[in-house]
Amino acid sequence: MSEYSVIISNISKSYGDVSAVKNISVNIKKGELFGLIGPDGGGKTTLIRILTTLLKTDTGNATVEGFDILKEYKKIRQIIGYMPGRFSLYQDLTVEENLSFFASVFGTTIEKNYALIKDIYSHIEPFKKRKAGDLSGGMKQKLALSCALIHKPKVLFLDEPTTGVDAVSRKEFWEMLKNLQQYQITIIVSTPYMDEAGLCDRVALMQQGKILSIDSPLNISKQFNKTLFSVKTENKFKLLTDLRNYENMNSVNAFGQYIHYTDLSNSNETNKLEEYLKVKNHTVIKIKKINPTIEDCFIELMKQ
Amino acid sequence: MKSFLSFVKKEFYHIFRDKKTMLILFGIPIAQVLLFGFVITSEIKNVKIAVWDKSNDYITQEITNKITSSGFFELNTIINHQSEIEKTFKKGKVREVIIFEHDFAKKLHKEKKANIQLIADASDANSANMIANYTKGIISNYMIKHNEKIKLPLQIITKERMLYNESLKDVYMFVPGIMAMILMLVSAMMTSISVAREKEMGTMEVILVSPLKPIQILLGKVTPYLALSIINAVIIIALGYFVFQMPIIGSLSLLMSETILFILLALSLGILISTAAANQQVAMFISMFALLLPTILLSGFIFPIENMPLILQWISAIMPPKYYIIILKNIMLKGTGLLFVWKETLILIVMTFFFILLSAKKFKIRLE
Amino acid sequence: MNGTPIISAKNLTKKFGNFVANDNLNFDVYEGEIFGFIGANGAGKTTAVRILCGLSFPTSGAIKIAGFDVYKQTEKIKKQIGYMSQKFSLYDDLTVYENIRFYAKIYGMKTKEIKTKTEDLLNELNFAHARDKKIRDIPLGWKQKLAFSTAIFHNPKIVFLDEPTGGVDPITRRQFWDLIYKASDKGITIFVTTHYMDEAEYCDRVSIMDQGKIVALDTPVNLMKEYHSRNMDDVFIKIAR
Repeated sequence: MSEYSVIISNISKSYGDVSAVKNISVNIKKGELFGLIGPDGGGKTTLIRILTTLLKTDTGNATVEGFDILKEYKKIRQIIGYMPGRFSLYQDLTVEENLSFFASVFGTTIEKNYALIKDIYSHIEPFKKRKAGDLSGGMKQKLALSCALIHKPKVLFLDEPTTGVDAVSRKEFWEMLKNLQQYQITIIVSTPYMDEAGLCDRVALMQQGKILSIDSPLNISKQFNKTLFSVKTENKFKLLTDLRNYENMNSVNAFGQYIHYTDLSNSNETNKLEEYLKVKNHTVIKIKKINPTIEDCFIELMKQ
Repeated sequence: MKSFLSFVKKEFYHIFRDKKTMLILFGIPIAQVLLFGFVITSEIKNVKIAVWDKSNDYITQEITNKITSSGFFELNTIINHQSEIEKTFKKGKVREVIIFEHDFAKKLHKEKKANIQLIADASDANSANMIANYTKGIISNYMIKHNEKIKLPLQIITKERMLYNESLKDVYMFVPGIMAMILMLVSAMMTSISVAREKEMGTMEVILVSPLKPIQILLGKVTPYLALSIINAVIIIALGYFVFQMPIIGSLSLLMSETILFILLALSLGILISTAAANQQVAMFISMFALLLPTILLSGFIFPIENMPLILQWISAIMPPKYYIIILKNIMLKGTGLLFVWKETLILIVMTFFFILLSAKKFKIRLE
Repeated sequence: MNGTPIISAKNLTKKFGNFVANDNLNFDVYEGEIFGFIGANGAGKTTAVRILCGLSFPTSGAIKIAGFDVYKQTEKIKKQIGYMSQKFSLYDDLTVYENIRFYAKIYGMKTKEIKTKTEDLLNELNFAHARDKKIRDIPLGWKQKLAFSTAIFHNPKIVFLDEPTGGVDPITRRQFWDLIYKASDKGITIFVTTHYMDEAEYCDRVSIMDQGKIVALDTPVNLMKEYHSRNMDDVFIKIAR
């Protein structure tokens, strides 16, 4: 038995002139919570559709639980759970009807695998007679996850499950995924939210069909080899402009209320910068050394 | 098998929960039959006819009585000479002349066949057809009852002549046309839309990734509509029969079998359309333009095929409804059996297999 | 912030039958401010924005946009605002220039003015080479920058942005915010509706809506302090729970 659940070797796929996935190779371990992180157009959806046997590759090959995605697609379809990017359940069927339909499609029943989905389904069970179309975003997502899990899959593919979902549901959703790991289910999840990377065991940062980096979130942060400061003054727009014109500047990026700054000297020293900002008439100057976020790393990797 | 049944169950939920679908399924067929029916039958109430009875025996009198007592016709003029036919028509009152040949009863029993000629004023082609059809229906009905009594396969041959529009030979009535149209609409359009909806909603993606086999998905989609279409066909026939006294002379079971064959054909066409259509709008569009309009325009339902330009006649030859309508007319109006429509039936069977194979081949097991 | 507000909503209420979509909203937005209008889907954001844009009437309340009344002067309001949404803004089958010209004409700009201003804009964005490219052929990040630039092309007083940066890469996203900061520096008021909390963090002030009511309104820094949170996500979670 291989230690890997999914083995991807040199996969490429293009739609006409547009190449969506460019020569990607990744091995995903059994029971791992693996994140595909990147903006729209990064190739996340295409990659997931290839692994779920919905799309053929142009070149390269992959296996899921030892089965070839092209030749043994029927076997793969028995053992995977899939939640597409859009809400893809029957809106005119009730919660319960949806779940029991998907159970019977996989030749099982709700009762048989209830233990696995209990934590998730119990949130929406009080509404089981309600039509799926009438559920809130968070509840739809829980139902979709329940449906994808009802046959106890070995590998679970989730395509942007948290897009368009409010912050509370997003948090709950990740807690559920963490809980699922105890059942040794391999989980492959894609997301455009950089802050969700930290919740995965390992992530692949994807941009324009290529993988910028594959590692644990911690290791990716460690690879950031510059000293990073967060800077804030009273006037953000002026601060941005002045920092960009500063002679020692290496990078300037707005991060919400703060500006993340690295300079060429790469030292921990901030006095010179503070002097410069004072000369430029900034007030309430706050400069702090910080640890890079995944988004900082992503920006750095994109520049390379 | 269990997953197939739950697929069918799910389909029925979709159908029964969508008011629009229900309306298209049952509202439109009934409304159309009633609408067409009343528009057309109102024209053939108390139609004035003339009779030239060259034989004047007990059978010709019985037939004449049958016709005039049906409520559709009213005897206006008795004709005694060839020259009077034209005159009677010119006066404008009489719209059909019925001519019995000499020694009608004698010939019928000796030679086992006798001739009746119907001449209709076809300046209004549609009602001329209706009138001739109704007359033939009544005569056929009479013959069947008569044959039962004497246990002899006697045959009355009705020859019709469409005066003032001689080329219009083929007869049609609205019920066969409507049947073809509605079964096309319900079976093909509704299935193609329902498959397209799954694509549009993204549920097809989840279904494809499941262990369901393509054949299960296709049959799961087709089965509910097959059932509903059969119900529809029964409703239409019943409406035609009870409300508009539409004759059904031939075998009812043959009629239903042919209808089921046609429904299967339409369903396979629907699946074929759905393999090409990415969303409901496209499915609707293709169904409308590729199926519904040709059914109405090119199948001989409204415009007689013989009057079409040659190229349209060729196109009409590949229109499945054309054959179905021919079969229906034969069974319903002429009372003929499979022996007379085996050619058309065979064409429909071949077409059905062709479309099933094609759509099964085109059905994608992946997204592309 | 001081001065007269450019958007002023007092007791804004909108009901659909028995359903209260906006329940007595009170807020002011000032000139040049970047104001975040935050809430989960279905919290009532869209309803409120429609009223502020003059597309629908409130059930009750006193609302003024750039000094104009939303009950009586909707046509004047429409001239003062720009609108951009992530889903729709530019026509895919028109070129960059055709799109800009189309929107500028709607607002009654002269052809000559449009021409020179377009040149300036495209040079500023380093996008002059793409002037005659169809929108469908340019990358998403560029589309968004162009959409924003088009929305403020006629110099509106307020521009409404609907989830403007969802799904774009981190660099493009920052380039987009640079454009917003610049516009705000010029005095254009930016009204951002979003349910992405990280977008909220870029705003000067944010209001958080929940079930038709405004439940919090302050600067992101103050809200984070008040709710002892490290980011707006946590703030939202604490408020919603």
